[in-house]
Parts: sequence; C-alpha cells; structure tokens
Amino acid sequence: MTPLSLTHFTATSCIGCGLQATLASLQEQRSGLAPCAFETVTLQTYIGEVPGVESVRLPVALKRFECRNNRLALLGIGQDGFLEAVAACVGRWGRRRVGLFLGTSTSGMLDTEVAYRRRDPKTGALPAGFDYAGTHNSYSLAAFVQELLGLEGPSAVVSSACSSSAKVFASARRMIAAGLIDAAVVGGVDSLCLTTLYGFHSLQLVSPNPCKPFDVGRDGISIGEAAAFVLIERPPESLDADAILLLGVGESSDAYHMSSPHPEGRGARTAMLEALACADLSPEDVDYLNLHGTGTLNNDSAEGLAVAAVFGERRPVVAASSTKGATGHTLGAAGALEAVICGLSLEHGLLPGSAHTRNVDPSLGFEYLLANRRQPLVRALSNSFGFGGTNCSLVLGRAQ
Amino acid sequence: MLTAYIEGIGLIGPGLDDWATGARVLAGEMEYSPRPTRVPAPAGLPAAERRRTGATVKLALSVAQQAVADSGVDPVGLPAVFSSSGGDGLICHEICETLASSDRQLSPTRFHNSVHNAAAGYWSLAAGATAASTAICAYDGSFVAGLLEALTLVAVDGVPILLSAYETTYPEPLRATRPLPESFAVALVLTPGPTPKARARINATLCSSDAAADRLSDAQLEALRAAVPAARCLPLLRLLARREAGNVTLDYIGRQRLAVEVSACP
Repeated sequence: MTPLSLTHFTATSCIGCGLQATLASLQEQRSGLAPCAFETVTLQTYIGEVPGVESVRLPVALKRFECRNNRLALLGIGQDGFLEAVAACVGRWGRRRVGLFLGTSTSGMLDTEVAYRRRDPKTGALPAGFDYAGTHNSYSLAAFVQELLGLEGPSAVVSSACSSSAKVFASARRMIAAGLIDAAVVGGVDSLCLTTLYGFHSLQLVSPNPCKPFDVGRDGISIGEAAAFVLIERPPESLDADAILLLGVGESSDAYHMSSPHPEGRGARTAMLEALACADLSPEDVDYLNLHGTGTLNNDSAEGLAVAAVFGERRPVVAASSTKGATGHTLGAAGALEAVICGLSLEHGLLPGSAHTRNVDPSLGFEYLLANRRQPLVRALSNSFGFGGTNCSLVLGRAQ
Repeated sequence: MLTAYIEGIGLIGPGLDDWATGARVLAGEMEYSPRPTRVPAPAGLPAAERRRTGATVKLALSVAQQAVADSGVDPVGLPAVFSSSGGDGLICHEICETLASSDRQLSPTRFHNSVHNAAAGYWSLAAGATAASTAICAYDGSFVAGLLEALTLVAVDGVPILLSAYETTYPEPLRATRPLPESFAVALVLTPGPTPKARARINATLCSSDAAADRLSDAQLEALRAAVPAARCLPLLRLLARREAGNVTLDYIGRQRLAVEVSACP
C-alpha cells in the first residue's frame, strides 16, 4: 500500500491522559490497574479506569450524546492539540474530504444498564430523557465526534469486538486509496460497563489479579477503558525523517469459534503475514511487536504460536510485549490505543516491557520483553484480535 | 466514483421471503402483501452452534447465503461486510434486565452473542470463510455505510465482496426508543469486473444534498424504507428488479447521499 502519514495522535487510558503522561508511565513501567471499585460492581478483579470521566460534561449543544463513552471520547480528543490538528487538516482538504472511522464495542451501554434500573414500575418504560441514538447506538460515538469536529465526510463505527479500532485503519486506508477522502480521523473509545465486566466474568476470562500477559501463571484479563485518536492523511511530497507512517494492514477470520481463538493462531498468523505483505516487508524488518496479549491462557498460547510461525526463522527472534498489563484490555479501543503506543515507541526509541508479567511462559518461541529497552526502531507491528475470530494487524514505521 | 458489478442478491423482509419474491413485488408484477418477516434457519452451522444463534444472526446469515448461492461465488475466500444499526436487540435487552436484577450472572453464550460482529463470526463458522470480515454501524445510514465499505474493498483490493445489511426489532422498553417495525435484510455479492452472472453495473458517488433520497410509490414499501435502516436499499433494488438502467439517490448520514447509477448487464 501507499504509506499514509499519522499526522497527529493522542491516547487516554488508565496510564495517563494524553501522550506525555502515557509516555511517562511506559518509561517507568507503571501499570494503571487497580482493584475494581467501579459503579456497583462486586467482582473481585482489577480494572483500568480513567480517573475523572464522570465529571466531564459535553458542550450544551451536544447534550443528547451525554454518556460515559462520549465523555471519555471528549476527554481523550481534547488532549495533545488534537482538535487543532483536525481543524488544520480540514483547512488543507475541506470538511467533506476528511472521513471518520471509530471503533467501539459497547458505546454508551453503561448508561443503558443504569436506565434499566430506573424503569417505570408500572409501564416498564425507560426513564424520560434516555436517548437511544445519542448514547446507546454503536454509531453514537461517531455521531458525537463528527458534530464536535464539524466533519462532513464519510463516517462509520466499526464494532468487531476487540479488533474494532485496528480495523478502522483498514477502512480509512481503503477510502483514501479509492479517492473518496484525503484524510481521516480514526480511533477507538470503549468505556467500562457492567456488560463487559460481568460478561467476561461469565466466560471465566477475568483475572482476580492484575493481568500478566504471557506469564506462565497468567489467569485472565483485566478490563480497561481508553480513548485513542489518530489523524491519518495522504503524505506530503517530502516527509520529515521522524514522521510516523501507516505501512500495512492485514485482516483475517479464524472461522473456528465465537469466543476462543484457533488453537494454533491460524487467523492471527494470516493477519500478520497479510499486514507485512501489504507493507511489502519481511518479518526481519519488524523491530518491535505489540502483542494482543490479553493474559488469558488460550489467547496468549495461540498468539504465541502464530508469532513463532511468522518470525520463527529469524535469529534473534523479534522483541515483543503486550502493554495490557499496564492499560488493561481496553476492548474496542485497544487497537487504536496500541497503535498510538507503537507511535510513541517509534518516536522515542522505547520498547515497553510488560507490566506485571514476571515468569515468561517458557514455551514462547520469541523474545518477550519484561524490562523496557531503549533502542532506535524503525518499524513496529501491532496485533488486535477479537470475539468471532476477527483479526487485524497493523504495521507502523518511521519515515527515516 | 466507485464501480462494481452485482452478481448475487438476497432479500428477507415482511412479505418478502427471498429475492425472487421481492423482485416480482418491486417490478410491479405482484401486489405487495406484508406479513411478519419469516427468518429461515441458516445452513452450514454445526448443531451446537445453530442452537446458540438468535434471530439476528439467523437473518444476517440466511440473507447472505441467498446472495452467495445466487452468485455462485465460493464463500471461503470471500471477504464480508456486515452492517446493522442495532445488532441483536433482544440479547441486549436480556443482558440489561439481568444486570438490573439482584442476580447479575450473565449467560456466557448470550454475552459472546451480544457483540455487533456476532453475525460475521457465525458467518465465518458456517461458510468456513477465513477471509477478512467486518461489522459496521452508522445508525440510519448503516446500509450505505456498509455499501461504501464493500465498494472500497472491491475498488482497492480488486476482489469479490459479500455485503449483508440487516435489522431486527427491539423488544420493549428499548422498542419505544427505537421503533423498528419489522426485521429486514438485504445481501449483495459485488465483483470488480463483469462476469456472465452479473446482473448490473453500479457506479456510486458520494454527494451532499438537502433534497430527500428517492422514495417508493407503494405506500407500504415506502413506510418500510423509511423505518428500517437496511431497507434504505429498496430504491436500488427496484431498479435491479426491473432490470432497468437509471439513477437512484440513497440516504446516508445527515445531508450526505449516495448517488448510484445502475446499468443493466446484457
């Protein structure tokens, strides 16, 4: 594919609001996971909660979008001069030539859950003021951000569980290649809700401890929340050496099971190989691999086998880590959050070590980073996989 | 402008059991007599998986299987776009009821079926399809959002694509906030070049307009088009049913429309 510029990006998660705080946490290998005291949840688990989301208020004109997910979106998109960068981009291309593709798995679900506790005892009706389109519908996130940014290009929400906000890069890339747009705001926002906390618990996939991806004693995920946004554009004729680029995207389906990955990571392997082929790169061109690495027994095993199959011929094998021990699994926001983390890695020459992981699973056929490593790097690969056997890998790189 | 050839069509709606019936109704050869949508069981799923699927997945898969059978394309390597405004409203309602009760224990099957990409996941299981799939939502503009995703896949990757756009109804109390009257689904197999099976070529252009999208003259069909996001496709299907060349404008988001030029294939 023709590389695209990541002109601007930002991320907000439990390890920090904005890039500076996020980078500082990564540099210090600080995890944002804490014992769950969220809402009325009584599960014994750790979560990655973003502080202060409740106190965010949407602009009066956009009140109908008021819910936790859109509050988190507003908190996140206000960081790092992202709004100004989008305004400048609109100035370059025009508001109809800037697309908007965002990922979320649960949108404003928390507010619907709370509304169900407040139903009219006689009629069963939801409380007056419940706004389906503005909060509950998956598209409410993009509708809100589109109005906030004043964009008039094509827009959609991708909701493919935990690959959602990786796949938005693929959608935007195709829209740009097809000539419909010149730039796009992509990203993901997913916020804590009872459906995912109790849902993953019902599948016995939630750890009672902070998650420890690829540890021999790993015992499940820690759920987090995040908002991450990336502005991608057709690149200018001459690029700065430190510009960050989207080089490749790969997508596949497992066709194996709704909630378990293919045991040998068949779809994961295809997604990584397709992303590399799309970027016209070989496995040895990858300096850092940000793993999906959720911390469940089966997910990490399957991904480990897939990584070994793709990179196994290489000596030394690729350096890899999951950053979910720091951020938690931010579900529909994970793809965009981890793309931004790869962007920071490329900019600052930082390969993040895995928070909470102590004893790396000895069966892994590649180098799993426990400690941070400082090293100039040129290309990074990021994996995002989800329920339904959906897989997406992204290749990012420095223009150099 | 985005170009593709329509090679297979599937349709399931109220009084519209399949594309053969729908084509006769839309061509004016048969009177439209709506009755509750009949959703057949999709083929290809192992019994254990079939038992786990709800009405929304059944609808999305059945209509997709109609279109793929119509086209003759092998589904294994066929990338798929699933587009829906609401996903499965019944599952969402049941989860919210459980979480509002004193016992919050959720059914694990219900939880993994609640994801917006459940249809895409079951489709890949039923068809053995290992190609990429996605799950799109753009509220009332979900049909055109799905069609745009499919058309850009055809244009950029140069491969045939399956689009399945579907909507099922919500139970109360969500129904009062999202009153979709009936379940409806449409599926298309789109190819980059003409094939002997191609029915029509479409050229699609995004535009911005205050003018309304095209409507249908039959009051009941128009009510369906206006009420159900997936049924926003009906003006396009009418041209295809009549095997006519022509232009239609479809609703997208806000002032955005998709202008589609249809030329019949010989």
